[in-house]
Amino acid sequence: MGKTDGFLLYERELPSKLDVEKRLKDYKEFIQKPSDQQLNCQSARCMDCGVPFCQNGCPLGNLIPEFNEAVYKKQWQKAYQILISTNNFPEFTGRICPAPCESACVLGINDKAVTIEEIEKNIVEMAFEQGFAKPRLPKLKTDKKVAVVGSGPAGLAAAYQLNQMGYTTTVFERDPEIGGLLRFGIPDFKLDKNIVERRVQWMKEEGIEFCTGIHVGVNYAVEELNRNFDAIVLATGSTVPKDLVIPNRDAKGIYFAMDFLKQSNKKVSGIPFEEEEINTKGKKVVVIGGGDTGSDCIGTSNRQGAEVVYQIYYKPMQPTERDETMPWPSYPALLQITSSHEEGCDRMWSVNSKEFVKDENGTLKGIRLVEAEWTKDSDEGKWNLYTEKPASEFVLECDIIFIALGYTHVEHKGLVEALDIHLDPKGNLIGNNKEYKTNQDKIFTCGDARKGQSLVVWAIAEGRQCAEKINEFFKNKS
Amino acid sequence: MNTTQKKNPDNFTKNQGLYEPEFEFDSCGVGFVANIKGVKSYKIVSDAITMLENMEHRGATGYESNTGDGAGIQIQIPHELLYDEALNVGIDLPESGYYGVGMLFFSQNNFIREECKEVIAQSAEKLHLKILGYRPVPVSNIDLGDLAKSVEPVMEMLFIERPFDLDTEKDFERKLFIFKNYISHQMISITNNDPIGFYVASFSCKKLIYKGQLRSIQVRNYFKDLTNPKIRSAFGMVHSRFATNTSPTWSLAQPFRFLAHNGEINTLGGNLNWLRSSEKMFQSPFFTPQEMDMLLPLTKPGQSDSSYLDNMVELLYHSGRSLPHTMMMLIPEAWDGHEQMEHYKKDFYEFHACLMEPWDGPASISFTDGDMIGATLDRNGLRPSRYCITSDDLVIMASESGALSVDPQKIIKRGHLQPGKMFLVDMKKGTIISDDELKKEICTSKPYREWLDSMRINITELPNPKIRFNKLQTEDIFKYQKAFGYSREDLDGVIKEMASHGKEPIGSMGFDVPLAVLSEKPQHLSSYFKQLFAQVTNPPIDPIREKLVMSLTTIIGGNGNLLEEDKNFAHSIKLENPVINNNQLEKLRSVDTGRFQAKTIYTYFNARGKEGELKKAIDRICRYAVDAVDDGFEVIILSDRSLDSQHASIPSLLACSAVHHHLIRKGIRRKIGLVMEVGDVWEVHHFATLLGFGATAINPYLALASIRQMFDEGAFEEEDLVKLRDNYKKAVGDGLLKIFSKMGVSTLQSYHGAQIFEIIGLNKLVVNTCFTGAVSRIEGIGFDEIAKEALLKHQDAFKEDMENSLLDTGGIYQWRSNNEYHQFNPQSIHLLQQSAWNNDYDVFKKYSRLVNQQMGKATLLRGLLEFKNDRESIPLEEVEPIESIMKRFATGAMSFGSISWEAHTTLAIAMNRIGAKSNTGEGGEDEARYAPEKNGDNLRSSIKQVASGRFGVTARYLAEADEIQIKMAQGAKPGEGGQLSGDKVDSWIGKTRHSTPGVGLISPPPHHDIYSIEDLAQLIFDLKNANRHARLSVKLVSKAGVGTIASGVAKAKADHILISGYDGGTGASPLGSIRHTGLPWELGLAETHQTLIKNKLRQRVTLQVDGQMKTGRDLAIATLLGAEEWGIATSALIVEGCILMRKCHLNTCPVGIATQKEELRKKFKGKAEHLVNYFRFLAMEVREIMANLGFRTIDEMVGQSQCLERKTNTTFWKHQGIDLSRVLYKIKTDLPVIKSEDQDAGLGNSISWKMVEAAQYALQNNTSMEAGFDIKNTDRTVGTILSHELTKIYKSEGMNENSLLFNFKGTAGQSFGAFCNKGITMRLEGDANDYLGKGLSGAQLMIFPHKEAIIHANENSIVGNVALYGATSGKVFISGMAGERFAVRNSGATAVVEGIGDHGCEYMTGGKVIVLGGVGRNFGAGMSGGIAYVWDVNKTLEYHFNPDMADLESITEEDKELIFNLIKEHSENTGSTLAEYIISDWDNSCKHFTKVYPREYKKVIENQINDIT
Repeated sequence: MGKTDGFLLYERELPSKLDVEKRLKDYKEFIQKPSDQQLNCQSARCMDCGVPFCQNGCPLGNLIPEFNEAVYKKQWQKAYQILISTNNFPEFTGRICPAPCESACVLGINDKAVTIEEIEKNIVEMAFEQGFAKPRLPKLKTDKKVAVVGSGPAGLAAAYQLNQMGYTTTVFERDPEIGGLLRFGIPDFKLDKNIVERRVQWMKEEGIEFCTGIHVGVNYAVEELNRNFDAIVLATGSTVPKDLVIPNRDAKGIYFAMDFLKQSNKKVSGIPFEEEEINTKGKKVVVIGGGDTGSDCIGTSNRQGAEVVYQIYYKPMQPTERDETMPWPSYPALLQITSSHEEGCDRMWSVNSKEFVKDENGTLKGIRLVEAEWTKDSDEGKWNLYTEKPASEFVLECDIIFIALGYTHVEHKGLVEALDIHLDPKGNLIGNNKEYKTNQDKIFTCGDARKGQSLVVWAIAEGRQCAEKINEFFKNKS
Repeated sequence: MNTTQKKNPDNFTKNQGLYEPEFEFDSCGVGFVANIKGVKSYKIVSDAITMLENMEHRGATGYESNTGDGAGIQIQIPHELLYDEALNVGIDLPESGYYGVGMLFFSQNNFIREECKEVIAQSAEKLHLKILGYRPVPVSNIDLGDLAKSVEPVMEMLFIERPFDLDTEKDFERKLFIFKNYISHQMISITNNDPIGFYVASFSCKKLIYKGQLRSIQVRNYFKDLTNPKIRSAFGMVHSRFATNTSPTWSLAQPFRFLAHNGEINTLGGNLNWLRSSEKMFQSPFFTPQEMDMLLPLTKPGQSDSSYLDNMVELLYHSGRSLPHTMMMLIPEAWDGHEQMEHYKKDFYEFHACLMEPWDGPASISFTDGDMIGATLDRNGLRPSRYCITSDDLVIMASESGALSVDPQKIIKRGHLQPGKMFLVDMKKGTIISDDELKKEICTSKPYREWLDSMRINITELPNPKIRFNKLQTEDIFKYQKAFGYSREDLDGVIKEMASHGKEPIGSMGFDVPLAVLSEKPQHLSSYFKQLFAQVTNPPIDPIREKLVMSLTTIIGGNGNLLEEDKNFAHSIKLENPVINNNQLEKLRSVDTGRFQAKTIYTYFNARGKEGELKKAIDRICRYAVDAVDDGFEVIILSDRSLDSQHASIPSLLACSAVHHHLIRKGIRRKIGLVMEVGDVWEVHHFATLLGFGATAINPYLALASIRQMFDEGAFEEEDLVKLRDNYKKAVGDGLLKIFSKMGVSTLQSYHGAQIFEIIGLNKLVVNTCFTGAVSRIEGIGFDEIAKEALLKHQDAFKEDMENSLLDTGGIYQWRSNNEYHQFNPQSIHLLQQSAWNNDYDVFKKYSRLVNQQMGKATLLRGLLEFKNDRESIPLEEVEPIESIMKRFATGAMSFGSISWEAHTTLAIAMNRIGAKSNTGEGGEDEARYAPEKNGDNLRSSIKQVASGRFGVTARYLAEADEIQIKMAQGAKPGEGGQLSGDKVDSWIGKTRHSTPGVGLISPPPHHDIYSIEDLAQLIFDLKNANRHARLSVKLVSKAGVGTIASGVAKAKADHILISGYDGGTGASPLGSIRHTGLPWELGLAETHQTLIKNKLRQRVTLQVDGQMKTGRDLAIATLLGAEEWGIATSALIVEGCILMRKCHLNTCPVGIATQKEELRKKFKGKAEHLVNYFRFLAMEVREIMANLGFRTIDEMVGQSQCLERKTNTTFWKHQGIDLSRVLYKIKTDLPVIKSEDQDAGLGNSISWKMVEAAQYALQNNTSMEAGFDIKNTDRTVGTILSHELTKIYKSEGMNENSLLFNFKGTAGQSFGAFCNKGITMRLEGDANDYLGKGLSGAQLMIFPHKEAIIHANENSIVGNVALYGATSGKVFISGMAGERFAVRNSGATAVVEGIGDHGCEYMTGGKVIVLGGVGRNFGAGMSGGIAYVWDVNKTLEYHFNPDMADLESITEEDKELIFNLIKEHSENTGSTLAEYIISDWDNSCKHFTKVYPREYKKVIENQINDIT
């Protein structure tokens, strides 16, 4: 443990952010670099628990107390080694993870959690800065070849591990750039694309082959994939968005969040796009859905110059503190105030969408909403019973609506059908839970394609475990 | 040779159940009466027996009150008696000295007896001895119990004529010795199945022994000879036995042929191995080779430790050494590091250390060869030995003073034997020889120093090695670390800590990962070995405060023929520390002294994983080792450096012990030193196991390289690598001393090869081959599995895929995901808390399923068990109600101090609400808790713990108990003491513990009033006097032999026994102790239950069990294995909010439990109702199991182990060999197997009742009174019952001083005035025994010699050992000297005494002690508070004082006044002439006072003064 009474001496403190006005001017990351002193104090707050619930909270099982101690002692190299022993891409999770570790931090019982995510980010950035993070060629090479389809966090993690294990690894990506959701889903102000690019370069140096613009099953035959590789990983993500099927869905101006974010990302990076431009400049924007994607839409809309941004929630406002329904160390459903919210957003809770309103041209004019009344289920203590408040309907005027309600499952058309991969009732690929193996010999799957929509940190965890299983698969074969 | 014991009258063989006869130990009363001039008389014999009778309370009885544990007497051959008696049977005896008498125990079976006599006749012929005839020994057995009678031997005396060619008595004695051994060996086959067998009690031409399985008071009437006035002897040596078991054992009664022993040999296993390993080398001019063959082997299995020691003495004596010389060899003084010891003595001991390892353990031994009789104490001096000399040439030596009453006017000297000292009466010369004189003569009889100088080499003097070893390079270090199973936790948490701080790391809470044999993670072989520890039958030692007795010195080579003295035996290399660095190892490797060379043997095995590879490799290294000895090498280095991808290392412990035992079997182990060059050794336990199984020295090259590597990486603040390595070595050394001392062993030489471990999980083949003789009771893995486990690590190191620059994280001491399983993990903690907090039984069931199923694995022994119905299930309603089950709960002993007020009182409230019991722990109890709260809640803990520190143990505290619990050991750190640092002792805790705020507190490892089982019986007696209404409980920790100890405890009249598992919690312990000491409760409980039944004692005690109890299933299994009650601690704390931080020792508990910090205590969120919910759930779950198994009550469920069976569906490869049948073994009995019989506390005859009667009026009316009584040594714990009556009325405040005044005359028994409250004053004219004023709570005691005595009081011992132990207030004036350990742990009493023995004022925390005279060694050790003033006229204080915690200062004016007043009071109270003298010349005499002032205390006191001014 770094300091036995650090948690008594220092309070939780996150680094400052650039002022809203300034940060809205561009798409750059706006969280400031913390001082050494700050990092030292924050790492000193870790109590090095006998039972580190944080580690249990982390899907990757990050060895949090160990790297906290190393940071406290300024052993950055050691901290880095501990960090990457469980996490291939701390530069991603350090920025965009909702940090279930912090929810589980023991200090959180009666104090504020350790700033684990911030420390994680700084460890890896320090490692890059000081040059001890560097690519490492695999120790040995086998004659086995593995294809990874999809270059999101799960695919990348699997590819990374497989390559290190000595398998010749090729990653197929249908988009023009590597990174999947990381590349095109998350805006730059949360995850600068240079960070993604840095990692991709690194992996190339380690010997991984990346094939962009290759849509397996479309411009690359499935048979060829089968012929050329000894194992295949399907990490194509969960990309079929959930729709909001209410009247006038066909109105012009209603978009799925990802279409907007992907395009914006291309714009920021100067990548040409062919589809219709979505621009929120001077527009009234409504975001439906309260997740991270919704927030990203808000931040992006504001940066494009939206007049006003609303965000509407079906459920009531979440509490700001834990209650008995979400005891420590579970991940609490608390009211989120993201940086995008800080940048300007009107939020409405307990409103249900009744219909979209369009004008005669079919152009979106607004959305008809109704106020909802929720009561708690007496057994579960959760908001379960919904009734509409009489005579509470109203129309919220707007020009653009982004639907950010999440994703249903992996795309079934094309690759999945061609390979005849079985699906579970939710439409996810069946990847025989602990084996990550599909019904087809030598075909594995991981990430959202298997698990359904989830967090980046879960995707990395799945990718790693999947690689482990493929390794066993080859070992058992030989 | 003993041949009779351990036959099985009740069909209880050692393969059934967990009991093993090796576990038996005994303790006792011992003494002798002798005429200095050798004048024989009947009176001496009679007096000796009287003395024996007066020590009756030191012996014991078992199930039958008329069957004792054994007693007897040794005398000179009573020629007149025997001559007459022999004539009656037609034998004409020659004159005295010309015939030998054998006292023989024969079988009751005539046929066997005749066969035995046939053997005797033939053997006599072979040895050219003439048999004169047999004489039946007349006995009267009408008073004996059936148990004793059932195996009563037929005793006959055998007379043998001295052959004409034997010139001296000595030669004849020697011949008889050979004869005795020779016939005994032959009898084994004849008497094999007989319960009595054949035994020779004595066979001598000088001495005769009468003994048997008798009570002390039965001896005189059993042997008719003893009341025949013709029986005459110049001495009578007696012994009264308190055995921990009750198997009938006539032959184990003492005295033995040369000695009577009170104590225990802790190192017996090793001593016997070393003996066996040298027997083949024995040569002596006194024995022909044929005779040597006849007398060997010297020992046979199944004897007691004392009888083995006697065998050894016998051999050494008959091979030409004198008896004192022999005793000095076997039980040397603490010479190593003793700066004041005379050089010749040191030389003697140092030389003999090359020959022989000490037989270590607490011992008071009386010995005789018929012409001289003497006594000696071991180096620690833990057994009492008082003597007095009279003007009519009588010497009386006994465990107690006053055992034989003597006219005080005739006494010319009263003394006590000091640690390591000897006392000898030479009856031929007619003189007493003092220790100095005697030892000087023996020590200078040979030029030992010269021998040592010429032959002995210190390792530092060896020439530099010829070749230097290449350092391991970084990459190799990593590879080796992986191959040997190092984790980051081992590096950062263990090795780095040791190197940085020179100490073993500390941890807290319990141990909840699987036993090694159950774990799915590859284990270190040492983890299958659990350290054993001293408990009840012998005391652990404090290696820090009493380091003067400890030694790490080890010797390579030298071990020659024991039976001769030769300077060549000194040819050896001496190491100050068994841990050697690389340079020292290389020196050894290239050593060549002309006759001293080393051979390196590589300990690899083929890594291809084929069956039998490991065993093959072991056979190979054993073979090579034998060859090396044959080829004349003196040092064998076993090295595991040779590993490569295809060759793995044999676990070093396996290699070491295999070679060690192989060489023992070949009889050549003593010829070589076994040096280990090992990578897989880094924590202290690893070193301990190697040393315990035969390693002489250890080079932990990889641990040292790891330190270097961490150093290079900048992991340390320290900038000097040498310092770091020295620290590491020091940490190992200190840790080893701690491990030795927890078993009561003082020296590495004794520990070496002593195998003080219990193995869990290795199969018979492995144990018999490599760990011969070690205890292993549940079988387990074999050679191939050990190999597999080693190969898992090896393959990890050499695997070719993915590079990883990190070692495994570990996860033993802290939970880690995807690593070692912990029973308390995020899920189980969360579910437990949520269930109790929300009163949700469904969630509780989730929790218990998770815990019970252990993720589908077995991580505890009980995880391998499942329930089995042997009767119909019943409806739940028919099972006894939840409420009555809940009364059987207790929470663990956690002190206020280790946990916060809030946490402590919440437990108490909850337990009181459900009628269960909470425990004060070792920290006293705030009296504010005795008054109930307004809402009816009660904060008072029902169980009052009495632990070694005795903090806050006052008359009131004891009076407020429903149960008094004597803590003999703690699961997490048995055999160790504790420490509460000064920063945790705030004013509140200070008050509760009767100590000074800010001053640290030490709990000694032993109870200083319990060094032996009869001492425990005495403490139980004391406490019953202090509160006869409370149930008396003794807390033991599970280990091999705990059942036997528990039997002793039951015989010592405890009402309740708690068996704790090793995995229980702690506020702070060394990690090694938490992990590697003690055993799971399943084993200890089952063994205890079985052994108590076997000894017919089960119905006398309630059995409770604790240690990681979590669910109803745990409780049900415990009940089926014999428990009636259950203790729960860790789980209860978790319900209070504990989240297993394991930082209790840092005072930073973030949930306000294990902390005293105000801001953290505020965070405490625990509630009594949550605890009630949890205990209710537990009871509910037990009920469900009961209904299912068909039990209506817990009572009928206890011990029904047939309802458990070994799971058959466990598939993990390591679990397959585990056999739990001995745990589940059920012994048939007609007696109840639950507590159903009251213990007779024996208070009935106490003199205290008369005191109560006399004080009745004064007590009721708060007036004063005075009365007088005669007193003798059997009047024990006088005054305490009265004090209890007083306390009931007047609480802690007591009465006015001197209200109840009593005058006694005579010798007081033990514990005079124990726990006596204020208002009582007891004046004693005469003397007193041990524990005077123990726990004194305000009373006044005055002791002074008889008015008519002629001795000078201040030169004579009139008070025994351990006076004022744990006293909290009151005053004591002693006109005379007291024994060892005066005022140990005194926290408030004032005492004036005129001289004391060793270890005075140890651990003292308060009060004042004035010593008007000398103090013994180690004065003021661990003294953190209080002040002592010593009148140091002879200027010896400086040498005897331990400066670690206190300073010597000159006295101030204030001190002067205080001293003057107290001496004046002393003079008035006792009439001390010394006091008068000092006062009369005050101006001069006051100059000689020195103040002993504890440093920390002084600081606090001075701050207080500054605060006021």
